[in-house]
Formats: sequence, C-alpha cells, structure tokens
Amino acid sequence: MHLLKQTTAIAFGLGLLMATTAAHAGGTVEVLHWWTSGGEAKAVGELKKSFESQGGTWIDSPIAGGGGDAAMTALRARVVAGNPPAAVQLKGPGIQEWARQDVLNDVDEVAQKEQWDKVLPPVLAAIMKYDGKYVAAPVNIHRVDWFWANPAVLAKVGISEMPKTWDEFNADADKLKTAGITPLAHGGQPWQDATIFENVVLGIGGADFYRKAMVELDPNALTSDTMVKSFDQLRKLRGYVDANFSGRDWNLATAMVMRGEAAFQIMGDWAKGEFLAAGKKPGVDFVCAPTPGGAFNLNADSFTFFKVHGADRLEGQKVLASLIMSPGFQETFNLAKGSIPARTDVSLDKFDACAVKSHEDLLAAIENNTLVPSVAHEMAVPRSVRGEFLDLVTKFFNSDMSSADAVKELAAAVKRAQTE
Amino acid sequence: MSQAAKRGLAARRILERQLPKIVVSPLFAASLFFVYGFIAWTVYISFTRSGVLPSYTLDGLSQYIRLWATPRWQVALSNLFIFCTLFITLCTVIGVLLAILLDQRIRIEGVIRTVYLYPMALSFIVTGTAWKWILNPGLGIERLMHSLGFANFHFDWLVNPQMAIYTVVIAGVWQSSGYVMALFLAGLRSVDDEIIKAAAIDGAGPLRTYASVVLPIMRPVFLSSFIILAHLAIKSFDLVVALTGGGPGYATDMPATFMYSFAFQRSELGTAAASAVMMLATILAVIVPYLYSELRGASK
Amino acid sequence: MTQPAPAGIVRPKGLRHRLMRILLFAVLGTFCLYYLLPLFIMMATSLKSLDEIRTGTLVSLPRQITFDAWLKAWGSACVGVRCDGLKPYMWNSVLMVVPAVAISTALGAVNGYALTKWRFPGANTIFALMLFGAFIPFQVVLLPMARTLGVLGLAGSVTGLILVHTVYGLAFTTLFFRNFFMGVSDGIVQAAKIDGAGFFGIFSQIVLPMALPAIVVTVIWQFTQIWNDFLFGVAFTVGDSNPVTVALNNVVNTSTGVKEYNVDMAAAIIAGLPTLLVYVLAGKYFVRGLAAGAVKG
Repeated sequence: MHLLKQTTAIAFGLGLLMATTAAHAGGTVEVLHWWTSGGEAKAVGELKKSFESQGGTWIDSPIAGGGGDAAMTALRARVVAGNPPAAVQLKGPGIQEWARQDVLNDVDEVAQKEQWDKVLPPVLAAIMKYDGKYVAAPVNIHRVDWFWANPAVLAKVGISEMPKTWDEFNADADKLKTAGITPLAHGGQPWQDATIFENVVLGIGGADFYRKAMVELDPNALTSDTMVKSFDQLRKLRGYVDANFSGRDWNLATAMVMRGEAAFQIMGDWAKGEFLAAGKKPGVDFVCAPTPGGAFNLNADSFTFFKVHGADRLEGQKVLASLIMSPGFQETFNLAKGSIPARTDVSLDKFDACAVKSHEDLLAAIENNTLVPSVAHEMAVPRSVRGEFLDLVTKFFNSDMSSADAVKELAAAVKRAQTE
Repeated sequence: MSQAAKRGLAARRILERQLPKIVVSPLFAASLFFVYGFIAWTVYISFTRSGVLPSYTLDGLSQYIRLWATPRWQVALSNLFIFCTLFITLCTVIGVLLAILLDQRIRIEGVIRTVYLYPMALSFIVTGTAWKWILNPGLGIERLMHSLGFANFHFDWLVNPQMAIYTVVIAGVWQSSGYVMALFLAGLRSVDDEIIKAAAIDGAGPLRTYASVVLPIMRPVFLSSFIILAHLAIKSFDLVVALTGGGPGYATDMPATFMYSFAFQRSELGTAAASAVMMLATILAVIVPYLYSELRGASK
Repeated sequence: MTQPAPAGIVRPKGLRHRLMRILLFAVLGTFCLYYLLPLFIMMATSLKSLDEIRTGTLVSLPRQITFDAWLKAWGSACVGVRCDGLKPYMWNSVLMVVPAVAISTALGAVNGYALTKWRFPGANTIFALMLFGAFIPFQVVLLPMARTLGVLGLAGSVTGLILVHTVYGLAFTTLFFRNFFMGVSDGIVQAAKIDGAGFFGIFSQIVLPMALPAIVVTVIWQFTQIWNDFLFGVAFTVGDSNPVTVALNNVVNTSTGVKEYNVDMAAAIIAGLPTLLVYVLAGKYFVRGLAAGAVKG
C-alpha cells in the first residue's frame, strides 16, 4: 500500500488513502443471513446500525426461504468460488463440518479478551468452537420444548392447568376434540414434524435417553421400547391436528391458536414473537409452559466467520464478533426475536414472563445436566443424519406406518447416513 | 497481379474456407468444457466421499449403494415416472386439441392464444403461491365449493400423500400445455392447403382428415414437443419446490429436488452427484434416439 | 386478426354447424378459465386490503380496490435490512438479461448459420454434442461453475452471471437458428458465394435479414428463461446485485411476522410483468416464428 502511494500520482494516492482510511475504521463485513422479516429483520437492522456507527461498512446478503436452504446453496457456491461472505448465519454441528474443510477464520482473540467462556453455557460454547478456538458467535438461545395455548379455549372445556405429562395432554386433547375444537395447531413441514417428535422423545425418555438416542445415535436406544412409545405418542398427536395441516407455515399455526381455532401449539419460542407482534399478552391472551420432561431443548442461532482476507475484512469480523456478544445487542436482538440472550449474565428486566421462565430453566438445566441440543434445529447431529431423521419422522407422520417399523427404519436410516 | 497480392489472396481464401470452423470452435470448446467437463466432474465426485465440500479421494461405488438403499430416492424415481407419463400425455393431448380448435377461424384467436400461452412466461416462483392457495382444501377450490353449497365436495389432493403428485401434474400441465399448443398451431399453419382440400374431395370428414392426413404430417412437431416436454419433466424443480416443497412428507420428491436437497441442505455432495449421474443417464436415454433421428434427417 | 384465413375444416352447414361452434367456444372458454385462474387470483388478491383477504374467499373480487400493496411491493417492502421494494432489483435483472440475451442470440445465430450453410465434416456431430447442453439440469453444474467463476475472477459479479446464462443458453439458441436455417434454401447462399461474398458478408446481408422470425422466437425464449432464473441468481450474485427473482423470494418466503399476502401477490406480478408483456405483445410473432420453421425437427 505505502509503496503504491509513493509511486502513483498524488491525486490517485490521495483518493486511495481516503478510501482505505474510511474503510479501515470499523472494517467491512458481508453478512449472509435469512432473517428477512418482522422482528428478525429489525434485529439484524440494529446490528447493522451499531456496526456502521463504529465506522464500518456493512454489505447485506439476505436470502430467505426454507430455513436457510437457499442461503446454504449460495454459501457453498461462494466458498467453492473462493469468495465467501465474512459472516454467515450458520449453526450447530454445521459449524464443525465447515471448519474441518479449513474455510473458517477464528475470532479467538476477541473471545479471550471478552471472556466468552465465562458467560456462555458450556454446551453452547463447545458448539461455537473448533479445535479449541471460537469460530462463531451465538446471538441467542431459543427453547424448543414449549406448549403455547389459548387459555380462553382451554377454559371452554374446563382445563385450567397446562399438562405436565403426555398422558395429561392426551386427556386434555380428547376433551377438546369432543367439544369440536382442534386440539393441536400444526404445520406439516418436515422440520415441524421433527420438532414435536423430539419434544415427545424428551418427555417420554428424559434428557439422558434423549442424548443417548438422538445425539449419540446409540442403536440400542434407537430401537428401544422407549422409542416405540414415542412414535406411539406421535401417532396420537397426528390424530389431534386438523385436516389441512400439510405444508402450513408455523406462523399460520400460531395464528390458529391466537384466533381460538386451535388450543395448543408445540413450537419453539419464536412463536412468542408472533403473539407479541399481534399485541397479545403472555399469561392473559396466551400461556406458555414447557412440554413434559423437565429438561431444556436448546436451539441457538449464531454467526460463523468464514475465511476472508485483507486487513479491512479481518477487522470487520472482529468488530462484528464483539458487537454480537455485547450485552446491549443481545438484549435488543432477543427482545425482537422472542428468544433469550446467549449470554447468561444479561439482565432480563425488560423481558416477558415466558422469557424469564426460559432463563431460569436454562440455568437449572445447566446445573442438572438436562440441557439437550435440538435435532430438528440442527444443533445435535450433522445435516446428513438430520436429513434422514426428518425424512423418516415426516414419512411416519404422513402415513400409517407402525411404530415398530418406524423404529427399525430410523435405525437403518441413521446408519446409512453415518457411513458417509 | 503481383506475387505478393496473389499469395495474400490465396491466404484469404484459405482463411475464408476455415472461417466457419474458426467461428464454431470456441463455442464448441465452451460447451465441451461447461457441459461435458462439468459432467465428468460430477461423475468423478459420485465415486468419492464428498460431504460438505468436494473431496477427491476415490471411494468406489459406495454412494450408489447408499443412493439405492435410500427409500426417498425410490419415491423420487416413481414420482418421476408418474409425472413424466401424465405430464407428457396430457400436455400433448391438450396442446393438439386446442391447436385444432383454434385453427377453426376464430375471430378472437389472438386473445385466446395469448391466454393459453402466457403461463409459459411465468416461473413458479411467481405463480407458486397462487397455486398453493387454489389447491389447498382450506383456502381454495374445496372451500369455494363448500361456500356455494356443495358440502360434500372434496378436493384435498395437495395434502394427501397418495394424490399430491397429481396436483404437481395439474400445475405443470397448466404451465406447458399452451406452449405445445403453439408448436402444433404453427405446424398446422404450415400444412399445405392442397392436401386438406384433396382429402375433402375424397369425402373425408373433419375428424378423419385430421386423424389420417394432418396429424401424420406433423410427426416432426410431435417429436420436438416430446423432447421439450421430456426435458422439462426431468428437470422440473421450481414446480415442486413452489407447490409442495416435496411434501406431504417427501411424497412429491423428484430426482431434481432430491439431488438439490442432498447437495445443498444435507451436505452429502457424493450422494447428490450419484443421483445427478442417474438423472443424466435418464436424459441421455431420451435424447440419444432423438439426436440419432435428427442427424439421419440432416444427412439425407 | 389480419392473418391469412387459416385452413379451417369445419365448413358452414346450418344448425349442426351452429351447435359445433357453440361447443367449440365452450371448450376454448373452459380452458381459458383454467389458464387464467392463477393470474386472476394474484390480481384480485393484490388489490385487496389485508382485512378483506382474511374475511373473503379466494376468488371473490375486491370490494374496495387499493393499490397500497403494489406501491409497497414496488418501493418500500423490506428485503433484509433494505426497504426499497423490488425497484432496484428490477434494474439489476434488466442489466443482466439484456446483454445475456443479446450475446447468446448473436452467437446462436452465427453458430446455426455456420453449421448449416457452411457445412463442414463433423458439423452434425458438433451440433448434436452442443445440443445436449440444453438438457443438463442446472443444479448439477452449480458447484463446478462456481469454481470456474472463482478462477476467472468473476465470482459474485454480474459479468459472471451473464457468462453463465450465455453458456447454457447457447444450446437452445443454436437449436432454434439451425432448425430455421435448415429450411432456408442453400441456393441463395451458393449464388452469393459464387459472386465472391464472404462468410460474414453473406451472414449480415442475406441470412440475418431473413432470420427475423427465428430471432423473435429465440429472444422471447432466452428472455423468459434468463429473467425467470432463480438458482444461478442466488448462487452467483451478492446482496445488492441480486436479480429480481431472488428479491421476490426474499419478500415472499419470509418466515415470521404477519404475512402480507396482497404485497406478496403484487410483488409476484411485478416480477413477472416483463416476461408477461413480452408474451402478450410478441406472442403473435412467436407463433409465426415457430411456423417459419423453428420447430421443424
């Protein structure tokens, strides 16, 4: 750079100097994400604003659709072309998969300085690291194992308590069904089918069984009676959804609960964002309660840092990493998105009752070792295994396959994906 | 004429004679590289264990074994078979029928033709949402019929795993049959009037004239439309993604969506490459006979 | 219509003829409904307010027409953190489509001409091999293409995207022109050759002016294909240079928030408008171009 400045014409040199100083203040960062709507887009907008207020240049690459499928296509093309974005909304074991290909940059310098280890739940911190170094920064923690319900609808059939076990849920659902109300609002998309199924497994088998079967993929656990029972319960749930569930987006299912067309929805706490956006009050217009199991099913979004070159872009990554983990951003972002901060030390004063409950349960789950990663939300197993898992669960949900067959096929499918 | 000028002229003549080849060869080279080079690359990757990104260590036939052991691939193949058969048959039948009807001196032919042709202009990214609504029992035709008083009317194919693939056919035919109509209309317009008159003089009725005189002349049009439809069917991707997303479950998965989902959602490039090779082989099986007849026709 | 009278076979024959005509129009009309239904629903929905969409049925006409959704889709709908609607992305698409269509059509014309009117040994084989490019599924070439663009230094640029569309459009454009030129008599070209005209001279002065119908068909086809492409657009462009199909996807496929169906539908129509217009305005020439030999196998 300096040599260039000396040897080129003064005007050009000056222009270059101005350009480099302007860009260097906060660096440049291109962010690939699929938060394109509502509270999420607003939250990303906040991040952009704070990034730019530090003098940086933000290049926005939003690609919506299919929970990031289109974005993943673009990412792969960009990495293969040698032109990756600086930060990508990428999570779970996916981070490790990409890291093994040697295409990530670490931001360990920032992480050490700001002591991320002390403020993140260990399960989550481990996911963010590769080879002991932070290669990603978490923005939030979502809880996947929630019931959302419309209390007015429940009151119609005399239900005043949220169910504590799946048997209690079945009893409530039967009452609702007799009264002509759809017990469960559900959208028939593979990831939604898998979401309710993993919550069922967590409720029937407990955290230890869940880990053994769903995370460690132990063949004995996968073919155990507990798994058969879980499929039986899923079959029961299939009977509680309305006829038009197929292909429905999750937010439309949430709207059914809001309007009183259905009583319950089993969904992560992004559903809360929908209730709040519609002006509904927690505890009054809707209620939240964890699904059975006494555990905490973890989903967390994060930004992963890809290998970019040049001082300007490297600076941008560091500034972004630090911003994402700052308590201020964690609060703003999560208030908008319905989740809770990934940092456990952020005050929840401004958050609603469901979020406070989520935070308390999170701390308890860390304490009792009942914090488990979600399979449906790409936190537990590689995408190849997750894909087979989703295929099987959704096939079971949409056919009359027996639970015994499902268990057998699941074990075979998992084995097939693992031989990769 | 000087010696040099003569030589210059000779050189120009040689250049002139070579010019067609000089023009064609870079284009041919580009297609060798971008089509055949990339196919070769895909075939190679199908013999490796590539996951998130391509890797180049050979691993035998493992990806093909994995592919054929995957139930979803079997579903994708049988869907392709159902879809191809129905899509090609219906598009051809509707296309021929509409072309013949439109050829009957209709005054507003221009308007009707545009109406039939416009779906080809729109991608399913544009029309997908509307189709989803129409076919959804809670929003579309079924609800409409119920509100008109037909309480027993049922049209829930979109959400029925056994029937969902047929809704894909309905939307696919909607998009492409107009194009087939245009091909046949163009074909009918270039049929010699004398032939038809001769048939009329022989006392053949309209039906017989079409069935035994006109349609046989249009054999080449049948062939081109078959090729265009077959390649649309095998490549169909937007259609499935926009309409059903492959669902319910994976009941409407097709090879193109299967390949895409394994390559880009699941980080299983090797398996995806194996499925791509299978697709390419299918296309080859359809195209080679066509090219063969094409070349024979050209050399006669 | 000003076309020469088509070769109709149903001849006037009194009452029976009348009935046939009614039946004919009934069939044609039914199919019109089938083809128009999705467009009608998109149109009607885009002109309704959100409240009306929630309460009314799908196929009902809007009680109160409002253009708010159109204005929003065009100028202020949010795509990620940018809230400028589809406007800037339409321009991106135009900048990409025009050169891609022009280059691929021009190359296809020269190629088809060279392969038919200057036939040299192996010309047919070359054509057959090039034609296969029309049938390759685009998902298959995505990654090797990305690598190639990276090596060429064209990754993430509009130039790269134009190259991609040109390369994969070439098979179709060559096919259209070759089939057209096959129907043109060799005599004219031979005569010009004897008169001493060269390769490009014959092309620009004799062949090209004749090829107008083929040019129309090719341009319409290429324009539609390239404008509607999503896969290459999403993979090979970056953020602000996305084509309109990617922006449309970002507007429509949002995962949270209240779904604004009227804005979605308006955005979809806006994104489809250019290709729609091309078909409506040039549809007549399209069928004529096909008739002029572009489809003869």
